[in-house]
Amino acid sequence: MYPFDFTLVHDAAGAIKSGSRDAAKFIAGGTNLVDLMKCDVERPAHIVDVNALPLATIEQVAGGVRIGALARMADVAQHPIILQNFPMVSQALLESASPQIRNAASIGGNLMQRTRCPYFRELTWTPCNKRNPGSGCSAIEGENRLHAILGTSDACIATHPSDLAVSVAALDAVITLRGPNGERQVAATDFHLLPGSTPNIEHDLKHGELITSVFLPDAPHARHSAYLKIRDRSAYEFALTSAAVGLDISGGTIQSARVALGGVGTKPWRARNAEAILTGQKPSPELFRNAAEGELTKSVSYGQNGFKIELAKRTLVRALTDLAGGAA
Amino acid sequence: MTLPPCYEPSDDDPHEQPTDPTRRRFLIGSAAATAGLFVAPLMGEAALKSAAQKSAADPNAMPVALNVNGKLHELKLDPRTTLLDALREHLDITGPKKGCDQGACGACTVLVDGRRINSCITLAAMNTGRKITTIEGLAGDQRLLAIQAAFIRNDGFQCGYCTSGQICSAVAVIREGHTKSDEEIRQWMSGNICRCGCYVGIVDAIKEARNVSI
Repeated sequence: MYPFDFTLVHDAAGAIKSGSRDAAKFIAGGTNLVDLMKCDVERPAHIVDVNALPLATIEQVAGGVRIGALARMADVAQHPIILQNFPMVSQALLESASPQIRNAASIGGNLMQRTRCPYFRELTWTPCNKRNPGSGCSAIEGENRLHAILGTSDACIATHPSDLAVSVAALDAVITLRGPNGERQVAATDFHLLPGSTPNIEHDLKHGELITSVFLPDAPHARHSAYLKIRDRSAYEFALTSAAVGLDISGGTIQSARVALGGVGTKPWRARNAEAILTGQKPSPELFRNAAEGELTKSVSYGQNGFKIELAKRTLVRALTDLAGGAA
Repeated sequence: MTLPPCYEPSDDDPHEQPTDPTRRRFLIGSAAATAGLFVAPLMGEAALKSAAQKSAADPNAMPVALNVNGKLHELKLDPRTTLLDALREHLDITGPKKGCDQGACGACTVLVDGRRINSCITLAAMNTGRKITTIEGLAGDQRLLAIQAAFIRNDGFQCGYCTSGQICSAVAVIREGHTKSDEEIRQWMSGNICRCGCYVGIVDAIKEARNVSI
């Protein structure tokens, strides 16, 4: 691990001042950052501990729930408001990591976690455009069974690893950021960025800015929602594919649908094509299959990960079928 | 009931079952396999001094106060020191083990403010003012907790390297109430890997101890 200095801050202004220094990083749970610092992938010169900031509250506000960025995954997953009004978020969190990590890891940190691409974490410094811009991508012609099939570029095919991020992208969450110039809001779907030619730039967060909260708007499709995750083992594993689905069905018709896919995209994949196909229709196996086909039309296989195209379709069909219950 | 090989019956009560063997007797019986879990507090003094000397020489060292098993320790640590390394290398509390050192195996599990976490991926400096409990601090009255005795009785370990983490996690899983079925126990113990594959015994131990308050 490279040397750094450690600062404990007690308020947002102090955090932003400390966090604006060159090569400074905020730390909350540290479960991802400390790990990456040990492999020298992350080399901050300053670590700013924000855990003393009063940002761990989960509260009902007008039109939805506001989750403080320092709320821990375990607490959000088991909070009554989340369980009742946003079940897919609770399920996505409980399907993530291990109980120990969920106790430590924060919501803000979860959204900021880096990819699990083995070339990104590789200690012998194989080419990786995310870690070392311009050096090339080792995964495109390498071991890529776990890699993305949507949103890829010639520079990077690494997946975004977060389950939570998939669920908040599906539910139109709004992320509040605080920086040297005050507060601003970003839609969750705009927060994470496609790799394009700059896979090292992963999100719309300027240096010195701090995630302070995540707002989830109330909606019928949020209350009637679920998260299905398919993985190589049944616990403590990242997704091969996953589907976050929310359906508002009344009068035998889908009034509104929210769909996002995980494990397949270079960013949490909001499936707007699938939503458009589902909305206004009567639930049926054919409709669900059409929605899945429609979303995956632009998917690309890189060889080993080709199986994900059909697996993603079946994951989405199963998630929609289970959620619709007898309606399909 | 078959007694585990490490268990020696008491002289004054040859029929005593290992429901709650005393720490001392258990220590005698299992010194080779698991002594590290219990003897650390007895031999810490000299090593503590040398760790303190080591830290004093480090120009990057910062003050870190750790409350471990009810005792406050004022240390000077390199900011890079993880909580696990602070416990093991600076306080000679060697119950928490270094397995993968990347938050994947659970051998380093400790309780912080009553919640189980991986001590290898949190910095010591982030834990100032928190109440840290390691395997050494679980049984306060010289008697094993029900869950510890249940691990012995149900063969919840073989080599013992993961055991302190397994037991800290088992204490938490019982307190959390995630013990209604084998499946639920397995899911909520998934952060603790046992390479000897003693999962059946671990699940049985948790089922046996789940109704005892801890």
